Amino acid sequence: MRHTLAVLVENNPGVLARVAGLFSRRGFNIDSLAVGTTENPTISRMTIVVEGDDLTLEQVEKQLHKLVDVIKINDLTSDEYVGREMVLIKVNAGPAERAEIMQIADIFRARIIDLGRRSVTIECTGDERKVRALEESLRPFGIKELVRTGKVAVLRGAKTTSLDGNGKNKKGEED
Amino acid sequence: MTGAEILVKSLKEEGVDTIFGYPGGVVLPIYDALYDADIRHILVRHEQGAAHAADGYARASGRTGVCLATSGPGATNLVTGIANAHMDSVPMVAITGQVVTKLLGRDSFQEADITGITLPITKHNYLVRDVGDIARTIKEAFYIASTGRPGPVLVDIPKDVSAGAGEYEDPGVLNLPGYRPVCSPRDEDLRAAARLILAAERPVIYAGGGVIISGADRELRALAELLCAPVTATLMGIGGFPADHPLYLGMLGMHGTRYANYAVCECDLLIAVGARFDDRVTGKVESFAPEAKIVHIDIDPAEIRKNVRVDVAVVGDVKKVLAGLMPMLSARVKGAWQEKIEAWKREYPLEYANGGKLKPQTVIREIYRVTGGRGRITTEVGQNQMWTAQFFPFTRPRSFITSGGLGTMGYGLPAAIGVQAACPDETVFDIAGDGSIQMNIQELMTAVNYNLPVNVAIINNGFLGMVRQWQELFYDRRYSHTELANPDFVKLAEAYGAKGVRVSKAADVADVLIDAVRTSGPVMMDFLVDGEENVIPIVPPGASLEEMIG
Ligand SMILES: Cc1ncc(C[n+]2csc(CCOP(=O)(O)OP(=O)(O)O)c2C)c(N)n1
Ligand SMILES: [Mg+2]
Repeated sequence: MRHTLAVLVENNPGVLARVAGLFSRRGFNIDSLAVGTTENPTISRMTIVVEGDDLTLEQVEKQLHKLVDVIKINDLTSDEYVGREMVLIKVNAGPAERAEIMQIADIFRARIIDLGRRSVTIECTGDERKVRALEESLRPFGIKELVRTGKVAVLRGAKTTSLDGNGKNKKGEED
Repeated sequence: MTGAEILVKSLKEEGVDTIFGYPGGVVLPIYDALYDADIRHILVRHEQGAAHAADGYARASGRTGVCLATSGPGATNLVTGIANAHMDSVPMVAITGQVVTKLLGRDSFQEADITGITLPITKHNYLVRDVGDIARTIKEAFYIASTGRPGPVLVDIPKDVSAGAGEYEDPGVLNLPGYRPVCSPRDEDLRAAARLILAAERPVIYAGGGVIISGADRELRALAELLCAPVTATLMGIGGFPADHPLYLGMLGMHGTRYANYAVCECDLLIAVGARFDDRVTGKVESFAPEAKIVHIDIDPAEIRKNVRVDVAVVGDVKKVLAGLMPMLSARVKGAWQEKIEAWKREYPLEYANGGKLKPQTVIREIYRVTGGRGRITTEVGQNQMWTAQFFPFTRPRSFITSGGLGTMGYGLPAAIGVQAACPDETVFDIAGDGSIQMNIQELMTAVNYNLPVNVAIINNGFLGMVRQWQELFYDRRYSHTELANPDFVKLAEAYGAKGVRVSKAADVADVLIDAVRTSGPVMMDFLVDGEENVIPIVPPGASLEEMIG
């Protein structure tokens, strides 16, 4: 099963290497990893999508917690959450295809952000299903280049996973 | 003050009395500060020796060991020693010099990314970029190294930082939001464990290094005696339960006793105390303790269910957990289970065939006799180590000091130096192999230099014995590159300024050992033993525990 983890870490140099190294060395499979600073500049948040059974996930979380720079981990999967990723897709498009591509973009509420003589670049934000559907719709035109950010996610409603949030703190204590 | 002076002051604040180190270009400011500091510095002959000596010092004393090396090759020479300490949860702070900050990342002379290199083999590490961070970093390093599940922490200090000017400021209370080891067990976990224990008919306690680290030997003994439960130890757990106790089963696993392995195979409850179900212990993991429910007590939550299924986990400091469990339990008396185990013990004692050539086991038994079991013993790795684990009845924690998880040949001599530095009034032996001893033989000079009277007993079988044994058993006796050509160890000892003795007859062993213990300086003894003696029993790799041979 795929899990989406929200991991709060100290914004120290090397923290990404510590986390990435842990995953590769212990053979955990990362689907995607997105990282950036939070509302608190000394703290970064990693959103990690990881594939594995319950035992693997238990190990992933516990091993992550052993890293001194990791402050808090939330597995969002069991909760209601909003997950988004962004893709930029450059497709082959001569003047004849443009209209159709723009229509597809419209349907997905994606935006055309660049137009060349033979290509169109589309930006789309959404959950994995939407992004995948857009990709499939554009494939017949010939995708020249595709780049995605990896998922970022937050809990729905007033709940948060930030340090003073009321999510479950897996270090052992309830906040 | 210079950064280096702040460093030395910070080390003093942590109570450091001994550093094992080796100088070089970028640690000149630190060595200058050590010149008139009131900390003993022991100059090793290879940085690997510094790391193992700090490790031995820590294991013998329970205090955090400290080693120091220069950048580049100095730092990389520490790596084996750091990995060794990491595998065996030894509290250690390794300090390395680094090139000046503005040369970082430019492949500068003697630059090595030691924080990158040691990422997977340290509990945590630091690159200090500012003089103002030194005091806090050192305090954090010692705190992290010595609390929770201990381990090595590396602090890398660029030369401009150690040479820079600053003031020592008390770091005050540490703020480590990501580091909160769980020490006190949860009540509901204790109760769940107690329920399983009360219901068990055939319990076995499987004790690991955590018992020794947490100082829980008394609690362990009380628990075993209350439940009348037999106790088996891992290599790291040896000394945590007295070997002369009637409930003791000796070591389990690959070179465990038959009765320990049988007991694990037939028990209905296995109480794992500060142990981590290493593959050398479990054998084929699918058939490990097939009839047992498992209670796993450990301070590191990540060890729970890492290798085996667990019925009840109690996370916390072993000493606290055992103390918390006791009042929930009631006394048991000897029954059919205990009698079955006693019958196994009578039927399958640990033995060896004496007679003919001098046997390695005889030398080890004699070291026990001559020291009255009161010495501190380190070992190298291989047959010498396993025979020591099997035939030396350790009765005190921290008296058997060996490289478990990493299995590092070359550990024993530098570790013995660290042990002797921590315990100046005790008799220290390194029970060595003729192969292993040559991996850090240069440290004999350190022992001579500082008059640390370690005794090295080389079990000289003329082979990389443990590997030869595997070749004999599993590779059709094809002894590929395991026969050793050795130096004259007696002359070598003398060249270093130590005493050297050669022994080939069983009748001479005791006298030589008595003489060595009485000698005020280091002694190296070359025991010429039967070359093709094997360590038995042995569970073949990948087999279940009951499939022991020998
Ligand atoms: C640094 C290192 N290299 C290789 C090994 C693999 N190894 C394990 S035991 C052994 C033989 C050790 O020979 P010796 O020190 O003579 O001990 P014996 O088994 O003969 O007692 C070897 C090569 C190791 N454990 N450590
Ligand atoms: Mg040998």
